[in-house]
Amino acid sequence: MNRKKLQKLTETLTKNCKHFNKSEVKCLIDLFYTLVGGITERQGTVVGLDRNAFRNILHTTFGMTDDMIMDRVFRGFDKDNDGCVTVSEWVYGLSLFLRGTLEEKMKYCFEVFDLNGDGFISKEEMFHMLKNSLLKQPSEEDPDEGIKDLVEITLKKMDRDHDGKLSFADYEQAVREETLLLEAFGPCLPDPKSQMEFETQVFKDPHEFNDM
Amino acid sequence: MGVALTKSAQWTAAGYGPTALEVTPLNEAILKEIIEFIENFLYNHPQEAEYVFAEPLEWKTNLEPSAFGSGYIVSETAVESKEVDNNGQPLLSLSVPHVQIRSFGQLSQFLFIAKDSKLKEAQLCVEANRNPVEKILGLDYNTIKEESSALRILEKLTKGDDPENEIKRKVAHLLYQLDLHLLNNSLKHISLEIRLNPVTVKNDIELLKRFSGKGEQTVLEFIEYTSDYEFSNGCRAPPWRQIHGEICYVLVKPHDADTLCLTCSSEGVFLNGGKTDDEGEINYERKSEVYKDLVTLLKDKSAKFSENMSRQELKFNEEHHKEVNQLSKTAKEEEAIPSNRSTSGSHRSTLEKNQINLVKSHMAKRLAPSLNWKATVDSKDRKSSFKEPQEEKHGRHEKTGTSFSHGRAQLIRKSVEKIEDIISDSSSESEEDEESPDHRQEANADLPSEYWQIQKLVKYLKGGNQTATVIALCSMKDFNLAQETCQLAIRDVGGLEVLINLLDTDEVKCKIGSLKILKEISHNSQIRRSIVDLGGLPIMVNILDSPHKSLKCLAAETIANVAKFRRARRVVRQYGGITKLVALLDCGQNSSEPAQLSLYETRDVEVARCGALALWSCSKSHTNKEAIRKAGGIPLLARLLKTSHENMLIPVVGTLQECASEENYRAAIKAERIIENLVKNLNSENEQLQEHCAMAIYQCAEDEETRDLVRLHGGLKPLASLLNNTDNKERLAAVTGAIWKCSISKENVTKFREYKAIETLVGLLTDQPEEVLINVVGALGECCQEYENRVIVRKCGGIQPLVNLLVGINQALLVNVTKAVGACAVEPESMAIIDRLDGVRLLWSLLKNPHPDVKASAAWALCPCIENAKVKSVC
Repeated sequence: MNRKKLQKLTETLTKNCKHFNKSEVKCLIDLFYTLVGGITERQGTVVGLDRNAFRNILHTTFGMTDDMIMDRVFRGFDKDNDGCVTVSEWVYGLSLFLRGTLEEKMKYCFEVFDLNGDGFISKEEMFHMLKNSLLKQPSEEDPDEGIKDLVEITLKKMDRDHDGKLSFADYEQAVREETLLLEAFGPCLPDPKSQMEFETQVFKDPHEFNDM
Repeated sequence: MGVALTKSAQWTAAGYGPTALEVTPLNEAILKEIIEFIENFLYNHPQEAEYVFAEPLEWKTNLEPSAFGSGYIVSETAVESKEVDNNGQPLLSLSVPHVQIRSFGQLSQFLFIAKDSKLKEAQLCVEANRNPVEKILGLDYNTIKEESSALRILEKLTKGDDPENEIKRKVAHLLYQLDLHLLNNSLKHISLEIRLNPVTVKNDIELLKRFSGKGEQTVLEFIEYTSDYEFSNGCRAPPWRQIHGEICYVLVKPHDADTLCLTCSSEGVFLNGGKTDDEGEINYERKSEVYKDLVTLLKDKSAKFSENMSRQELKFNEEHHKEVNQLSKTAKEEEAIPSNRSTSGSHRSTLEKNQINLVKSHMAKRLAPSLNWKATVDSKDRKSSFKEPQEEKHGRHEKTGTSFSHGRAQLIRKSVEKIEDIISDSSSESEEDEESPDHRQEANADLPSEYWQIQKLVKYLKGGNQTATVIALCSMKDFNLAQETCQLAIRDVGGLEVLINLLDTDEVKCKIGSLKILKEISHNSQIRRSIVDLGGLPIMVNILDSPHKSLKCLAAETIANVAKFRRARRVVRQYGGITKLVALLDCGQNSSEPAQLSLYETRDVEVARCGALALWSCSKSHTNKEAIRKAGGIPLLARLLKTSHENMLIPVVGTLQECASEENYRAAIKAERIIENLVKNLNSENEQLQEHCAMAIYQCAEDEETRDLVRLHGGLKPLASLLNNTDNKERLAAVTGAIWKCSISKENVTKFREYKAIETLVGLLTDQPEEVLINVVGALGECCQEYENRVIVRKCGGIQPLVNLLVGINQALLVNVTKAVGACAVEPESMAIIDRLDGVRLLWSLLKNPHPDVKASAAWALCPCIENAKVKSVC
């Protein structure tokens, strides 16, 4: 990829991306190509991070551990659902990931948690996401009892229309009241510490790019 | 009587001067019995009452001849009874100070005349007449040995049978009965006495030693034996004193009294004559009552000791209990008080590294059967059940477990150092917010449903990962945390420990959630104490350094709630909290605030507000005020004072107001031009803010320059207008206070007159609480230094309520009232009113007031009164 093309790409992405300035976008593009392994772009083939590579990044850079959630995050990034994250998906995704407003994040998180994409987070989905969140007490007869109870607690807390499942409206209302519930069913956003580390590492020196 | 007196009564150790009866409960009881016997003698045995003693009972009395009335011939220094014996000798004759009495009738009357001092008289009589029976019945019986005295007397008496002997026999019989009665009584007394033994005494002393040392928190400054040598029987007293039952002697120095030299004997503990300086010899004579043990004596002698002890009571008793159990089986009943709980509790904590506090483990144990609670309490079980992913979490528990240790009662550790540490950490000087008795629910059946729900949530907090923890925290927050049931439920199921543990993790969301709960429940004073006991404050102080503003805010707000008592405030300071809180104040100044607030974040202003809030709580301790100043807090507070957010201004002004009690602050307040802003905020709509501003002005306006500043910035008018709203008494007190101090300057008084404040003040002389009255009267006293104002006060009818206040008892109020009345009295017309209202007499009577300031002020007030009275008489 020649320099001119790169600059053009940077400009388009900067224009469409609310939360990053030009130099930041440049940094992210650079990082993307480092990760992909070279800026060689051949006509016709999509250059991008596949599921495994992306999950690896999520795990090492942002400290995520839950396989299911990481899969869902990958889907959140991979807008066109083609199994790989392209450079624009990368920049747009990180824009939300790192700097998104509460509204954007709510939308994103809800999509992550809505496993089957039917617009509701059902009890079964909650159970699925929370099933590893409690210690199994060997003494307990039903090891899932705690999880079931936790699902009930969450529903009681968030299900405003009492239909036994969470709509986006339910979720939004609950999160607005208590921001902590944003990632109610598992961490799908970077925690503040790794976010800060990532940003300082990637956006090292904005002045370096002033001449571009 | 004879036997009782020789055998039971406790005479002072022989060999020192005239023998005297010691003041002991036993002696007192014997004397009282004797008095009762004699007093009733006249009524019960009228015939025998006339029996004339063989020899008079003679002693030095303290009674004055003037005390005697009809039935006696009274002269200046002598008294004789009109009642005489067959030979015409008076049965009672007193020539000061000797008195001689020769019949029970007269004895009885004498005691009646002696009234309150009869116990003393009876004692003197018994002391002077070591063998009263002999004197009463005659020398014949001198030879009778005490052992079988009464029987022998009877035997002798029965030989003759003339009427006189008949009476004599009856008297002897009565005396015999009394003697028996006394012996029985004293037996009861003696059986109640607790015998100390060397082992218990030693334990007591060793234990007290551990709790002694320098510093306010210890119970004693020092306690030590006078002798290092211990005999094989455990006594330290020299052998010739051991015979008297004495075990050892100790020197004790309480915080608030001189060094005491005590004798520990088998009868109990008492004060002896002290160590003579030159030879180090101890004056063994008893100088106080006998106390049943060392602690009881010290509690009585030193208020500080009993105060600090009561705080240490539980710990001390636990320790005591253990010690006693270990070393001897002779523990006294009251030492056995600590229930099984404390012993078993401390036993547990040895077993459990986690050091679950005693109370909680008690609670948890009780709950164990109903839920699988044991598993969560018993860390050993838990350890084994914890699976790989949770190890990090468990590590967290362990880590904080050790960091709590200093705050916990770690009574198992025997080292003195540790124990001292505990004392200094958990006891404190008089605390404003005293521990209210625990209202723990006693029966499971009574527990509300919230209790079980909270317990379940705490279980999830303990055993859940971050996601589950956040859900549980959010759900817990939905309970009514302002309700005591919920607050105590969280504590009782061990929730506080978990919440505080969470603060020590890296999970920002968990910390936020935990602080949100702690912030609410720390409104409860018991919870506050538990948080401090669990070592929560140092962790929160550390969070103040966090890069997350919302965390800082929550931590500061929680500290603001917790630091409502002195010990907590001290902990905040000791962990560097004051400096960090002051640093928070600086947050509001960075203009480079990002336009887009990141998630979970709050604004800088909010951070500063929370910092001020916490400083406000902390500023109630003197040392903290100084620390705030040293940390550079004043300029920052001054800067924050320029904002217009009420939420911010209230804690800022509150802190300033609290600190303005210090001279350093008042100077700084003047230098930082704070007065201007205080005045500005008097015009605020917020009553609380107005109150604190007025209060701050009140504190600062002792200084003349400050008073002028208040006037120059136009502060007098809002003050005067605030007088018209009398509903909020706290604010009224602050406002009147500010007016009082401001009116010390004449220019200010002129202004107040302009604003018609004087009339309003006069109106406030009735139906107001004392705090308001003191200030109102103080202000009027200042105003009335000027003629015009005196006229106004008089015309508004202010004299009468002022004079009425002269009968009060509040000293501060009286000082001000006398001053005001005195100021009014300068004007003849007002003087006339004062005179008519009997004010002069009232002032006069205040000269007898015990408080010197009141006396002085009353005397000053009398001066113009006298002067004006003179004028009147001249006219």
